[in-house]
Amino acid sequence: MQELLFYIFSGLTLLCGFLVVANPFTRNPVTSAMFLVLTIASMAGLFVLLHAFFLAAVQVMVYAGAVIVLFLFVIMLLDVREVEKHQHPQILSGVFGLLGLLVISGMLIKAIVSSGIDNTLQPQLEGTTKALGIKLFTDYVLPFEIMGVLLLVGMMGVVLLSKKKLR
Amino acid sequence: MMIGLEHYLIVSALLFSIGLMGVILRRNLIVIYMGLELMLNAANLALVAFSRFTNTVDGQVMVFFVITVAASEVAVGLALIVALYRRRQTTETDDLTSLKL
Repeated sequence: MQELLFYIFSGLTLLCGFLVVANPFTRNPVTSAMFLVLTIASMAGLFVLLHAFFLAAVQVMVYAGAVIVLFLFVIMLLDVREVEKHQHPQILSGVFGLLGLLVISGMLIKAIVSSGIDNTLQPQLEGTTKALGIKLFTDYVLPFEIMGVLLLVGMMGVVLLSKKKLR
Repeated sequence: MMIGLEHYLIVSALLFSIGLMGVILRRNLIVIYMGLELMLNAANLALVAFSRFTNTVDGQVMVFFVITVAASEVAVGLALIVALYRRRQTTETDDLTSLKL
């Protein structure tokens, strides 16, 4: 059952991820955003299979909830046209894209396979929210605080960038 | 067949290369950002898998931080794209040639 679910979710993740960057039917960024939602949802499924339930929930809330809405909002605001001006190099870039994909993923997979990872390791960790929270507020409390400052700085930067007149 | 650590890492590597190819090949800045998100997600998957198979929570804490940074990065990046669009009326990388020799 677990194996079947793993293959379903990882296949969905990879297929939808591919359709985000290279959809053969349309170049519309809205379609890409929709496939990004599917990618992230299936990735949340993989997180559940890895018993990281809290992170799966955060993934769905932050990515599918906030980030995608932001993307769609900006696409709506800019009113981006579907037209791609360059029809010609499209096929060429597709061919070279697939080639590059094969090369890069081949290199990464070769590195993973030859790195001597023990594939017989048993999955042990139960990533409960409680354990995560304890870790977050004891060992990682300083990064946690810095993250708060980072969010504040990010918010201020966005407000400044969005002003009509920069002075 | 048992699903091991290697399976998850290979999925993560494939997703990372898909995202990288999107960043390199696409010309629309918004889609390039989506490629960046894919790459960050691939790294997250690898971290969660390592955390599960080596019995440490630290990987999951790191993923939590990565998600936070990614969210603020997207906010800033999209604000930059909007500011760019106001000045140049474009989101295509081909039209941004002021740094060309």
